Amino acid sequence: MDLFIALILQIVYGVANLVLISIGLAIIFGMMRVINLAHGEFIMLGGYTVVIATNNGVNLWFAMLILAPLVVGIIGVVVERLLIRFLYGRMVDTLLATWGLSLLLIGLVTTIFGAQTKTTISAPIGAIQIGDYTTSGYELFLIFVTALLSFAIYLLLRFTKLGLVARGTMQAPDMAAALGVSTSRVYAITFGLGAAVSGLVGGLLAPITGVLPTIGAVYIAKAFITVVSGGTAILAGTISASALLGVINGVVSYVTGPTMGEVALLVAAIILLRLLPQGITGRFFRKSL
Amino acid sequence: MKINRRRFLNSTVAVAAVTLAAPALIGRAQAAGNIKMVSILDQSGGLDIYGKPMVDATKMAVDELNASGGLLGKMIDLTIYDPQSTIQSYTQYATKAAASDKADVVHAGITSASREAIRPTLNRFKTLYFYNTLYEGGVCDRNTFATGSTPAQTVEKLVPYTMKKWGKKVYVVAADYNYGQITAEWFKKYVRENGGETVAVEFFPLDVTNFGPTIQKIQAAKPDMVMSALVGGAHISFYKQYAAAGVNKNIPIASTTFGVGNEHISISAEEGDGMVCAYSYFQEVDTPLNKAFVKRFQDRMGDNAPYLNELAVRSYEAAFLWAEGVKMAGTTDRMKVIEALESPASIVGPSGKLTIEPKTHHALQNVYLAELKDQKFTIVESYTEQPPTDTLLVCDLQKNPTMSKFYFENGLAAAGIK
Repeated sequence: MDLFIALILQIVYGVANLVLISIGLAIIFGMMRVINLAHGEFIMLGGYTVVIATNNGVNLWFAMLILAPLVVGIIGVVVERLLIRFLYGRMVDTLLATWGLSLLLIGLVTTIFGAQTKTTISAPIGAIQIGDYTTSGYELFLIFVTALLSFAIYLLLRFTKLGLVARGTMQAPDMAAALGVSTSRVYAITFGLGAAVSGLVGGLLAPITGVLPTIGAVYIAKAFITVVSGGTAILAGTISASALLGVINGVVSYVTGPTMGEVALLVAAIILLRLLPQGITGRFFRKSL
Repeated sequence: MKINRRRFLNSTVAVAAVTLAAPALIGRAQAAGNIKMVSILDQSGGLDIYGKPMVDATKMAVDELNASGGLLGKMIDLTIYDPQSTIQSYTQYATKAAASDKADVVHAGITSASREAIRPTLNRFKTLYFYNTLYEGGVCDRNTFATGSTPAQTVEKLVPYTMKKWGKKVYVVAADYNYGQITAEWFKKYVRENGGETVAVEFFPLDVTNFGPTIQKIQAAKPDMVMSALVGGAHISFYKQYAAAGVNKNIPIASTTFGVGNEHISISAEEGDGMVCAYSYFQEVDTPLNKAFVKRFQDRMGDNAPYLNELAVRSYEAAFLWAEGVKMAGTTDRMKVIEALESPASIVGPSGKLTIEPKTHHALQNVYLAELKDQKFTIVESYTEQPPTDTLLVCDLQKNPTMSKFYFENGLAAAGIK
């Protein structure tokens, strides 16, 4: 029974982890149709912000929750102004450009900080006892953050003027522009927001994952699979795809080992996209955000 | 001839051009007589955490050899290629090194995959090859010298030490590619031979970052310790999540891969304390020779000096070992150098005495066990001049000099080892 509860928690965390690594990409891809191949590097930059800040004596919580999204959000806005805004509507070109950007960011970080940076951060919340088993308290905190973050994005998109304008721009940019919305500003804000969320996630994951310049590569594939499986709705798509793929991955990993767990996740995504080419939200939850 | 301004300028430019070009021409003329060493190591991409310190150490070795008068009265020209953690670049650069640079020796390769990609190329071009990375053992090739430590040198010492310290039930976690798979088999073999039990073996693809289900499985299996052959940046997450779940306080970890990418500075003290690792070198080796070496390296690199691990130091030592072979042979002729190295060549380096084992072209080397505390290793045991008994089981180049084979390619059972 203890093991069962501990395991359920792990699987829920696996789902939350997928939501976290995909949500920034979902915002940028879902809202703007920009395939951001530098998404993994945004997460990496969030992690680096936390490592560098804490090495210089900044409080870990402040670095994770404030600095990481702020720094990466600003980088996102700069990138949008200098690179992305010339490429709207040219999906293949953005793909190439952001791939180049990802290489540039890896190179920059390696040049500035070296291939490896010393760190002293560890999970700031201790372990939690469940009968005979212990589980990470910090992972529980991340599950909570995932729920909170999703809810915040929902509120932002559903109930604020910015959310309304952004959704309008996403659905009919010409009409939005005709109604006096500065679409280019909306795009810049959206891209910056997506980057900031990725930075926040990178910061939050830094205490329990390795932080290296090349680490972005391990997130990008899974983030894309999740977002594409989810379909057009940013929140409902990401969450439903994460729930499906995360549970499959967690259960199969536990039963047969992590290699088969990864295989099962990919097979599930392939079958899903064969049956639902538009992703989950192409068929279900169509009206949702 | 009337000298006007235009003509004056023209001729001056021409003279200047020749003067500028001259050193380059002379430099080339000299280079033709020099000894040529090529190093192919990843300085970018995912493997750069391993490759960069190796390159720094190789450069230092060549500079020191040249400063002490070079080899056979000639200077050593070092060319370094960066294959960017991709295998096809390895084969390209190996071909370039052999066919176009006409290298006298190639020191190259980090992963076993990169080694197996270039070993046949260098054989075909008859170019002497040094592979200086710790690996799973089993290469048997007269043209190749594998100077890194192998499982019989590290795992064989680590298993009995940690089993005596912690207990006999072992849970193995390893990276899912040939190094991890084969090393896991060595773990199992030595655990069994020491009267222990391997309760489970799990393999992880190199891009897995979420280890939650496995950490619960480890707790369910209740082993006395975890043996890790996890590799690369993503797998650092295992140690962090293991500690975040509080398991590291009850079930300690031993490893033959943790530390060689300087992972111990990428996890905090409370996450890493108590881990025991085995290598043929730690920066903390307490000999005057090593202390002087570490100081020279740090002076040279300044603030950017990485922690010195087996990979970097063996790259440094292997350059000297090859130089010793050339000195003994009195020529850079490949066959004569191989014979000299087999005679056998031996040097005393920062890690201690290093001698070529002629049957396998591996190295007799010191092995150290060290415990991690506050992101620093403390050496707890040392063993001198350990032979590569794993590769010796299958390889005898004295008997079969034409052999060129990687015996453990398909695991130990396929190589006839129980």
